[in-house]
Amino acid sequence: MEGDRKFGDPILEVQDINLSFGGVTALEGVSFDILNGEVRAIIGPNGAGKSSMLNVINGFYHPQQGQITYKGKTRRQMRPHHAASSGIARTFQNIALFKGMSTLDNIMTGRNTKMRKNLLWQALYLGPAKREELEHRDFVEHVIDFLEIQAIRKTPVGKLPYGMQKRVELGRALAAEPELLLLDEPMAGMNLEEKEDMCRFVLDVNDQFGTTIALIEHDMGVVMDISDRVVVLDYGKKIADGTPEEVRADQRVIEAYLGVTRDDN
Amino acid sequence: MNPELLFFLETVIGGLMAGVMYALVALGFVLIFKASGIFNFAQGVMCLFAALALYDFMAPGGWVDRWFGFTFPVWAAIALTIVVMIILAWVIERFVLQYLVQQEPIILFMATIGLAYVLEGVGDILFGSDVKPLDIGLPQGASDWLLDNFNLYVEKLEVVAAVTAAVLVTVLAVFFQRTRIGRALRAVADDHQAALSVGISLRTIWVIVWSVSGIVALVAGIMWGSKSGVQFSLSLIALKALPVLILGGFTSVPGAIVGGLIIGVGEKIAEVYLGPLVGGAIENWFAYMLALAFLLFRPQGLFGERIIERV
Repeated sequence: MEGDRKFGDPILEVQDINLSFGGVTALEGVSFDILNGEVRAIIGPNGAGKSSMLNVINGFYHPQQGQITYKGKTRRQMRPHHAASSGIARTFQNIALFKGMSTLDNIMTGRNTKMRKNLLWQALYLGPAKREELEHRDFVEHVIDFLEIQAIRKTPVGKLPYGMQKRVELGRALAAEPELLLLDEPMAGMNLEEKEDMCRFVLDVNDQFGTTIALIEHDMGVVMDISDRVVVLDYGKKIADGTPEEVRADQRVIEAYLGVTRDDN
Repeated sequence: MNPELLFFLETVIGGLMAGVMYALVALGFVLIFKASGIFNFAQGVMCLFAALALYDFMAPGGWVDRWFGFTFPVWAAIALTIVVMIILAWVIERFVLQYLVQQEPIILFMATIGLAYVLEGVGDILFGSDVKPLDIGLPQGASDWLLDNFNLYVEKLEVVAAVTAAVLVTVLAVFFQRTRIGRALRAVADDHQAALSVGISLRTIWVIVWSVSGIVALVAGIMWGSKSGVQFSLSLIALKALPVLILGGFTSVPGAIVGGLIIGVGEKIAEVYLGPLVGGAIENWFAYMLALAFLLFRPQGLFGERIIERV
């Protein structure tokens, strides 16, 4: 994608994030920002701390140091519940769907933070609760149309092939009408055709709804094609940050990916 | 009607009714197991505790009577007991479960054993351990209509229990399948992390699910209490629910009902027709033998999800 698109102010800024588990350091002094409306890729070799970074952003992990500024509010850490209700949705590297439930129900859970009728109404399943349920069902049907998964609406997702499950997971995230969408390796393990479909969906989401997207991806072709800016992590540290072209030409990135022989002289 | 056949029918109906009682207890187990993977050993004691509290709200000489000089009518006592069970659920989440998130299931199971003893002890201290006749005005005795027309002996109370169980299961099924909270409950049962990522609060869900199973425990407690008085042996029916769960599957609401009925009918028929051959009294252990056979051939139960675990 050309670098001439206009983006807004940062929707998210992470500053000097340090995260360790016991003695193992996962992230060290990582800072970057994500601008409103862009597709931001996070790349790096295995174990570089990419998934940890996403987990920090949506509140699964609490960093020991650093701060996170989301939509103008600065915090030490996020909480999953708060992240979800303030517009951050995500998918997982190892698909985390509700396997016993149908595609439709899975995507409906994405509406969770949008539904407000209280427990009593729901227990009775009367009047307002029923109406609310139907309204949200409408929205979910749109998501299903968008992702072209009408045929599997009622299928329990545990029975779906891998590529479809990934798509349903994206649907669940979209159902929340996120402002910031975090995708953890959305195309991992897919064949070429499935990858192309997924790329198209990601770009369409970004284009049509103006959703800001942060994604982790290993396929460099995909990253170069769809992302506006790329941040590169290696061993928990940021080693590069810029447009795909800049990053591709960066000496440290090439070293991190291809390895480098150092002679001890 | 042929007296042989009539006797058989009575046995089966008696078994079905006993089965409904087991199913009511098993239902409470299933709810908690579904949403949190915890086998709640304290479910039986929760039935006892609910029945004790209910009795105390309306009986002369209870705490309310001694402190305020009056007792509550039945409906108010039931409402108050529901409040007590909800508070209990909150307390359990706040002081026990909250600290055990992400722990091994066996640790949570141990915690519920502890909980069972604490609840039993508190119940004993607060309400005393004597047998209390619980009478909330449910019909007693045999149904005259069935006796006159079909010459069948069926307890009215057991019919009430069966109808109540049916209503309860229908309501729970709708709640689980159709509403946001129901979906959230199933979501939590499937995947904690994914549930968190869509903004479901684990703690709220746990309080809700323990409250609901507390209310189910109250219903079971009322039925058992009306039948044989509120006594501490009530907590032991939890053990009878175990074979029911193994038969029906730990994660299935319909399974709890069908399992309960099979165990109920099975043990009555076994007692009457098989019992004399081996010297009787097999009602007490027949359920466990049946469960054992099931464990050998179908460990996930009739309706349970097949559990495949990597070892």
